Amino acid sequence: MDTLNETPSQTAGPYVHIGLAPGAAGFQIFDEELGHDIAGPNAKGERIRIEGCVYDGTGAPIKDVLIEVWQANADGHYAHPEDGRKVEDGFRGWGRVIADFSTGEWQFDTIKPGTTPGRNHTRQAPHINLWIVARGINIGLNTRLYFSDETKANAEDPVLSLIEQAHRRNTLIAKRHENKEGVTYRFDIHIQGPEETVFLDI
Amino acid sequence: MTHKKGPPAEFYQRDRLRQPPALTPDYKTSVTRSPQYALLSLENSLSEITGPLFSHNDLGPQDNDLLKNYCHSGDPIGERIIVHGRVLDENGRAVPNTLVEIWQANAGGRYRHRNDTYLAPIDPNFGGCGRTLTDEEGYYFFRTVKPGAYPWRNWTDSWRPAHIHFSVFGSGFAQRLITQLYFEGDPLIARCPIAQTIPDPDAVEQLIARLDVRSSVPFDMLAYRFDIVLRGRRSTLFENRLEGN
Repeated sequence: MDTLNETPSQTAGPYVHIGLAPGAAGFQIFDEELGHDIAGPNAKGERIRIEGCVYDGTGAPIKDVLIEVWQANADGHYAHPEDGRKVEDGFRGWGRVIADFSTGEWQFDTIKPGTTPGRNHTRQAPHINLWIVARGINIGLNTRLYFSDETKANAEDPVLSLIEQAHRRNTLIAKRHENKEGVTYRFDIHIQGPEETVFLDI
Repeated sequence: MTHKKGPPAEFYQRDRLRQPPALTPDYKTSVTRSPQYALLSLENSLSEITGPLFSHNDLGPQDNDLLKNYCHSGDPIGERIIVHGRVLDENGRAVPNTLVEIWQANAGGRYRHRNDTYLAPIDPNFGGCGRTLTDEEGYYFFRTVKPGAYPWRNWTDSWRPAHIHFSVFGSGFAQRLITQLYFEGDPLIARCPIAQTIPDPDAVEQLIARLDVRSSVPFDMLAYRFDIVLRGRRSTLFENRLEGN
C-alpha cells in the first residue's frame, strides 16, 4: 500500500473568519454558519459558560484567534460512531469560537461534559478539547480545558498526570464562578511566558 | 465500515519534521505567538480519535460555487478556475464525507473582511468563501476565481503568493488541519516567509496545485488539482487498547 505524507499546515492568517465565521468578517453568505450551538437544546447536564482570552508572549490579547471545541456530553459520550454510545438529539459537541476584535475576549455556552474512557482502563476527568488557530500560529495548537470543581477526577486524570512539572497542570484548569446568571468558568490561555499553557501533540 | 470489528486504532504520530515549527522568525508574527515549552506528546484516547461529523443538511446547494454564492449584479471579476482533488489519509485511503472549507482574496488581492484595508477594490460579486463535503471517494471541487497576490506587513517588500486557505476535518479531532494552496509556477512562493515556514522543500511542493488541463472546461475555465493528505491510522492494535472494557 502506498504511504503518503500528511499535508503540511499553514497559518490560518488574519482573515480566517471569512471562511469559518463570515458573519464576523462582516458579511452574510451561508444560510447557516457552523459551530454556534455546541450542545443543542436537548442535552442533559449542567449548562455552563466558558470565557477567556488568549495572550501572546508580550501579554497582549490575541484578538484574531479562532478556537474550536470538541467535547463529550454529560454522560461522557462523544457524538461519533467510534464512540458508539448514544447522545441526545441535536448534541454535536463541537463548536467554533472567535475572540472579540477589540478586546480579545471570547466565550461559549455548552454543558459540562462527563468523564470519558482513557487508555489502559483509566477514566479521563471531564474536559473539553481545544484547537487554537490564528495569524502567527503555523500549526493549530491543541490543549484541554479541565474544571476546577473536579479536584478528585483531575488528580486521577491520565493526561494531567503526564505533565512533569506539577504546577503547570493548573494551566489547564478553568476556574468556576457562580452568580445569578449561572455558572461560568474562566480559562485564559498563554501562548508564551511564565504562565505558558501546556499544549499537546495529539 | 463498522467500528465493531475491533478496537479503534490510533493515528500515526504527526511527522513534525515535515510540519512548520511554531517559531519561524522570518514570519515575524510567529515570534510572540509560538509556545516555547515542548508540546506534551499524547497517545490517542477517544477524545482524539473522534471528531465532529457533518452532513449535507449543514450546507447549501451553492456553497462550493464561489462564482455564484455571493453574486448580486453578475459574476465576479477574474480568471475563472476549478479547484479540485481528493482528501486522502496517509495510507492512501479516501476520506469520505468530510467538510472542506476555503477562503481567499478576490482577483485583485483584496479580502472581504472588516480588517483588510489593502487599496485594491472589493468585488461586489465575490464573497471569497466556500465549503463542501467530499464524496465517497474523497473527491471535492470548487468553482472560483484565481486570487491575486497582495502585499503584507512583514518586510516592507513582502507579498503573499496567490493562495487559497483550506480547512479540513477528517474523522478525528487529531486530523484537524488548516493549510494553504499555492499555484504552480508562482515565483512568489520561494520568497514568501509563510510558505517557507515549512522546512522541507518537498513538503512545500505538496501545497502547490498543478494545472490540470484535462479537467479544464473548454472556452470557460482552467482547472487546478490539489490533493490533501490527512493523518492515517494504525490498522492493528493488539497491545494498546484505547479504552478498557
